[in-house]
Amino acid sequence: MVGIISYGAYIPRYRIKVEEIARVWGANGTEISRGLGVYEKALPDMDEDTITISVEAARAAMARRKVDPVEIGAVYVGSESHPYAVKPTAVTVGEAIGATPVMTAADYEFACKAGTAAIQTSMGLVKSGMVTYSVAIGADVAQGEPGDALEYTAAAGGAAMIIGNKDPIAEINHTCSFTTDTPDFWRRENKPYPRHGGRFTGEPAYFKHVVGASKLMLEKMGTKPSDYTYAVFHQPNGKFPVQAASMLGFSMDQIKPGLAVTYLGNTYSGASMVGLSAVLDNAKPGDRIFMTSYGSGSGSDSFDITVTDVINSDLFNRDAAPTVSALLADKKLVDYAVYAKHKGKVVMME
Amino acid sequence: MSVARFWRKQQNRYNLIGTHCTTCGKYFYPPRAFCPDCRRDGKIVEHQFKGTGKVVTYSIIRSSSGNFKLLTPYVLAIIELDEGSRLTSHIICEIDKVYIGMPVKRVFRKLGEEGSSGAIHYGTKFVPA
Repeated sequence: MVGIISYGAYIPRYRIKVEEIARVWGANGTEISRGLGVYEKALPDMDEDTITISVEAARAAMARRKVDPVEIGAVYVGSESHPYAVKPTAVTVGEAIGATPVMTAADYEFACKAGTAAIQTSMGLVKSGMVTYSVAIGADVAQGEPGDALEYTAAAGGAAMIIGNKDPIAEINHTCSFTTDTPDFWRRENKPYPRHGGRFTGEPAYFKHVVGASKLMLEKMGTKPSDYTYAVFHQPNGKFPVQAASMLGFSMDQIKPGLAVTYLGNTYSGASMVGLSAVLDNAKPGDRIFMTSYGSGSGSDSFDITVTDVINSDLFNRDAAPTVSALLADKKLVDYAVYAKHKGKVVMME
Repeated sequence: MSVARFWRKQQNRYNLIGTHCTTCGKYFYPPRAFCPDCRRDGKIVEHQFKGTGKVVTYSIIRSSSGNFKLLTPYVLAIIELDEGSRLTSHIICEIDKVYIGMPVKRVFRKLGEEGSSGAIHYGTKFVPA
């Protein structure tokens, strides 16, 4: 059955506290942190961007399992922050993992769910027999305008999943989506920062789609929340996924292992997939994982996943790449001035 | 750097592709098409370096220009790869943490860009292993 052959995550080392951002804008950082359920967020080094994050995540996935790069027939990268407007991130990833030239590649954009859209495309190619392996990546160096609510959470990071059907570490039993035209968040061409509809991003956007896709999945599979060991929901902040879980009947114990956002921030296209990586870091054979992403605009992709014995076999070496918690622990805190330099908010003469 | 000039060396920079003389066992990075010791007896084949090595010597750069201006202070080092070849590269670490003999491993980073509308160059740098 089609599933996850290997996975890898990457989070840059630098962090800024939400309180430090609030200090600059004269806001109450303690209240904002508590309100968002986010205390720190990751930011890129001066020489990191979505391409370098994608490559590091893909190489981490390759390190955990012997996958012949020549057998990788597709690379898809979902992101809102591709360094080039025209020239794919996916080709650099393909070249850096040795998968070129006999492969197809493309960049995806669907706000925060472009990474899971890449997983779905990969599943289709593998199931149809068009490719042996496909690499699906969700990564971002998320943008948030200085002083805007998004700035407190917009973070950097990503994850890669190698999709195939030869001895997967986790089988993907089913996927389904729930999609409508909902203008809750957008970024126009040539604009550096996105705009959003404030509170509108909650009820008619995030919750409608996350709950819609999740209910669809439970219905199609004939399952109930208690049938799953873990659940991962898109995590733009620490509150929304907890609320969505409770609306659907999932417990805090089921979602906590995949709730990376608290000390990572919202890695946009990477968010759900980093959460899934954190769950896979600790998963045992037989564990069942429920995952629903969300991308503004709007849509949600839901996945029903079962971990197999292969995760503990000689075919797979979980220790060959750092876990999400190890990546989160290896950090360097910076102040707002350094953050501004790293994020390119300081305008320099060319 | 012109687009074509960078593109020609892309595989060397992305994946540390060098060469190996199977006659005398020496490794070369950047790649050599001819072994300076074995000369016409040398047999050169392509080799992908593992990407691990150690610091031979280093310098702390505190004043720089162009693409490197915003990176200061940074560590520039001569690294001996495990296979034996040496190269010059950035080491991404706190400047007071680097030392001669420090084990390092490769990472994928941005090397520079041709202004805000030009090509972006990527390749290998090193971090403490």
